[in-house]
Amino acid sequence: MPEQLVFAMEVFLNGLMAGVLYALVALGFVLIYKASGIFNFAQGVMALFAAMTLVGIQNGQVPFSHLINAMFGAHVTHFGWNIPSVVSLLLTVGVMILLAWCIQRFVFRHLVGQEPIILFMATIGLAYFLEGFADLMWGSEIKTLDFCLAGSACLPQGINVAIDEATYNLFGYGFFIDNLDITATVVAILLVIALVAFSQYTKHGRAMRAVADDHQAALSVGISLNFIWVLVWSVAGFVALVAGIMWGAKSGVQFSLSLIALKALPVLMLGGFTSIPGAIVGGLIIGVGEKLFEFWVGPLVGGATENWFAYVLALVFLVFRPQGLFGEKIIERV
Amino acid sequence: MLYREAGDFKTTYAKDNQTFPIKFDRMGYYTALVVAFLVIPFVINDYWANAILLPFLIYAIAALGLNILVGYCGQVSLGTGGFMAVGAYACYKLMTSMPEVNIFFHIIISGGITAFVCVLFGLPSLRIKGFYLAVATLAAQFFLVWLFNRVPWFYNYSASGQINAPERTVFGIEITGPNTEAWATYLFCLVFLVASALIARNLTRGMAGRKWMAIRDMDIAAEIIGVNPLKAKMTAFAASGFFVGISGALFFSVYLGAVEVGEAFGINKSFLVLFMIIIGGLGSIFGSFAGAAFLVLLPVVLKIVGVDWLGWPTDMVAHLQLVIVGGLIILFLILEPHGLAQLWRVTKQKLRLWPFPH
Repeated sequence: MPEQLVFAMEVFLNGLMAGVLYALVALGFVLIYKASGIFNFAQGVMALFAAMTLVGIQNGQVPFSHLINAMFGAHVTHFGWNIPSVVSLLLTVGVMILLAWCIQRFVFRHLVGQEPIILFMATIGLAYFLEGFADLMWGSEIKTLDFCLAGSACLPQGINVAIDEATYNLFGYGFFIDNLDITATVVAILLVIALVAFSQYTKHGRAMRAVADDHQAALSVGISLNFIWVLVWSVAGFVALVAGIMWGAKSGVQFSLSLIALKALPVLMLGGFTSIPGAIVGGLIIGVGEKLFEFWVGPLVGGATENWFAYVLALVFLVFRPQGLFGEKIIERV
Repeated sequence: MLYREAGDFKTTYAKDNQTFPIKFDRMGYYTALVVAFLVIPFVINDYWANAILLPFLIYAIAALGLNILVGYCGQVSLGTGGFMAVGAYACYKLMTSMPEVNIFFHIIISGGITAFVCVLFGLPSLRIKGFYLAVATLAAQFFLVWLFNRVPWFYNYSASGQINAPERTVFGIEITGPNTEAWATYLFCLVFLVASALIARNLTRGMAGRKWMAIRDMDIAAEIIGVNPLKAKMTAFAASGFFVGISGALFFSVYLGAVEVGEAFGINKSFLVLFMIIIGGLGSIFGSFAGAAFLVLLPVVLKIVGVDWLGWPTDMVAHLQLVIVGGLIILFLILEPHGLAQLWRVTKQKLRLWPFPH
């Protein structure tokens, strides 16, 4: 087999893995958009916030320690204990639910009935707020995230030896595939199955879909909009937490984590804002597309094309199909 | 008592159509102009020019441009940073390749080039709307920044990848480069701002502006009553790009002097200008000024209060600033979606009846 093709296959596989991670972030967007018509720009920052909270709780950091120290001249940083990953995961889920309630209670409840674009700008404001808030709460230095279930079963890192050897025997060239990416793929698939099961087979899931379909009709059959919105933001917060753990374990918990939201946007445009399968297929197309483009065209034009390729691809695509691959047809009337 | 139209008789059509129909407003406007042109240049110093006045003037031009697109025409753009970069790099290439031409014309031509690029990226707006368009403009942001970073022709193959403004003069007075005087750069930017505001004001109250607003309120209905959406949207993108390009060119050549594209024109710049027009008021010329002033002053005030008075660490004040800006955006959208400009309008309405409101 020609060498170029083998390399391209490796790039393709890595692109698929990256695509899964993009899809993971995009899922959070789709959930909120479907249920409340809010295009949540803050999803990426929520992932950052979740990951920082998780690390902070794990390491027993004192929240707002910088602020407390500056205001009262104290020198507190840590409580001096370490909390096991599972417990801190649960605590972080609690924090995300609290955050969801706050967002709903203090922001979007006051914006019901506003134009979608106003809501969108509000989420940009929310993103800024959360970003500053997370930094104030936990400090802005880069943190490493080690997530371990009981004892030694940590998130695996590094090259997957089995695949390396198998491909070496097959092609004479070992593929480099990160264990973490494989784990992320498995987690993402599980998450999607769980989400689909939740929205299809549980009472609240059905209520969520009813709200997505028609707010007023849902209200008239006795569904509490407030509750559903808090629920949706909590679920989105949970998805953000999972995405935050995966990305945080990959590249450290730091500001750039919030930029993954920007990666998820073209995925959404491609897949359509309202479709969960769309988010996944879009994620895979973008992931593979940008990696292959960088592999073949990147060296010719100076590299680092990954920053914009996804957007341009989505843009070109949208010109031909304005609602995305799986989006609902947009019907407009005067 | 002072602020009313009673007794102010309009005897010609020109008078009937003037920008400020109320005498008190007009006087205020002339006073502001006199202060800006004849008083401030004599009292200005380097700190005021660099920390407050120059950024304010330049961001106000960018906010004017973005307000035309977002506030008047309803096409949300997150690509302002990228378009400012086009203005800056166009200006740099013009300055270095045609040193004999006055920088004044360079900046205007950079505006024109930016308008062209802006129209190019605005073309998809005919097919895609709302969020999809907002996200699509991010393509412009990322692509343009990448382009200026990676193609050496744009930065004249300099080793650092930066662009540096060479020294240029207007009427023999240095405007760019390291040895400028505060009053000269201030006046240079002020001229551009006043001209931009005049043009923008008259565009938005004329036929073009009315078409934009029709498109903003409902594009299909506008099309049915005979507004050509292609022309209306493209002119909005062009006008917006022109002003944003001028502000980018000024930002690079007069204010910063040396620019690294990812740092100076990154996505944060797009959001900053967007925040300015949200806080100032969408669809208002005055709002662009108010928003720019607000967001230029806020960090300065926070720094004085937080770092100088309370002695807090700088990075913490920066985080606090994010929280405050984000919170303010949300607060404004909830309480006053039309921004500071609406507060000003309400005040004026009250003033008309003051002190006898019945």
